[in-house]
Formats: sequence, structure tokens, C-alpha cells
Amino acid sequence: MTLLLVALGGALGSALRYAAATALDARLPRGTLAVNVAGSALLGLLVGLGVEDSAYSLLGVGFCGGLTTWSAFAGQTHRLGPRTGTTYAVATLGLALAACALGFWVGSAGAGPQA
Amino acid sequence: MSPRLLAAVAAGGAVGAALRWACGEAVPDGPGLPATTLAVNVVGSLLLALLPAIAVVRRSATLRAAVGPGLLGGFTTLSAASEQTRSLLADGRPALALGYLLGTLLATVAAVALATRLAPQPTDAGVAS
Repeated sequence: MTLLLVALGGALGSALRYAAATALDARLPRGTLAVNVAGSALLGLLVGLGVEDSAYSLLGVGFCGGLTTWSAFAGQTHRLGPRTGTTYAVATLGLALAACALGFWVGSAGAGPQA
Repeated sequence: MSPRLLAAVAAGGAVGAALRWACGEAVPDGPGLPATTLAVNVVGSLLLALLPAIAVVRRSATLRAAVGPGLLGGFTTLSAASEQTRSLLADGRPALALGYLLGTLLATVAAVALATRLAPQPTDAGVAS
């Protein structure tokens, strides 16, 4: 059951990422950057809210994991070269980490003092 | 963007996410360095960079979408790495947190560089996968 939920979430997240990358990626991969930041924010929110079990498998492991990608990010960083690539990589990881922390903070506040 | 390619990405993404989950079940990330997620991201990045060298993948746009942005995009994850880094920072382990994040970046880009040296790269690698 968990496997199917992860696969379903992964299918939806991957399709959304592909749509965003197709629409927005140019010389700078803005679409991939956007989904990586958005997926990190959502995962932080889910963890902050204390979402577990089936919902976490579907939304966290599946959807957020499928929506975000490291393989394309690494390929893009390499292709952009040392200067632009470093800027792109630092921007992606910095924004994703900040978005994740913000999501977690919002989720923790929403989950109440016991979380 | 054709519906066929979108469906191929979704199918590949389902398998990739399931494989990533299975890796985590087989060897769960412990409280320290998230070694399984690190390994998944390095292997996925390496394989994505090797794809253009595979003739059958080069010939089929559908297969390229299914395996690239689908399977390998869904297999690798940046959201989990962000959350693991955030969690390590919250646990008061900033050196491990930043070492993990930057170590993953360096290891994956090095894997891509290695793959592009080993594999013949066509001039047009297609859209980001």
C-alpha cells in the first residue's frame, strides 16, 4: 500500500515538474529551480504539521520527492559552467533550505504548541 | 509538451519514487549523515548524465522522457535533502548539515562531469530532465 501511494505521488509530482521545466526552463532552468524550492517548502510544511503514515508517503515521499529533482539540478549546474553554475547551485540550495525552514515553521505553528 | 511525453514522465516518476522509497526501506537514513539519500542522488545524477550515450534512449523521445525526467527525476530528490539539512541544523549540527548539502552537490556534479567524459554527448541533450 505504501509503495502504491509513493508511486502515485511520484507520478503526479514528476509530471508537474516536467510541465514546469518545459514551460519555464530556458538557458537558466527557472522551472526546475521553482519546483525544487516549492517542493522543499511543502515537505517542510508537512514535517512541521507532523503529517505521517499514508499521507506522508503520498505527499512527502511521493509527491515532494517526485516534484523535486537532484539529477537534473546536478546536470544543469555542470552545464552552466563554473561561474553561472555555482550561482545557480547556491541559489537553488539556499532558497530550498530557506523555503523548507519557512514551511516547517508555518507547519509547526499550525500544528500547535504540542508539535 | 505532448500528453504522451507527460504520461511517460508520470510512469517513470512513479517507478523512480518507488525505487527511492525502497532504498530508504532497505537502508534507512540514520540520525547522522543521510547516506542513503546521498547515494540515491549521486547514482541518479550519474545515470542521467550517461543517458545520452545510450543509443536506444537517444532514438526515442518517449523513452527519453520516461527514463530521464521520469525515472531518474523521480528517483532523486532535493526536497528530502533540504528537510534533512534543516533537521540537522535544528539538532545543532551545522557542520554536518552544510557538509551534507555541499558534499551532495560536489559529489553529484563530479559524477556528471565523469559521465560526460566517459559518454559521447550529442550537441542537443534535450530539455531538462
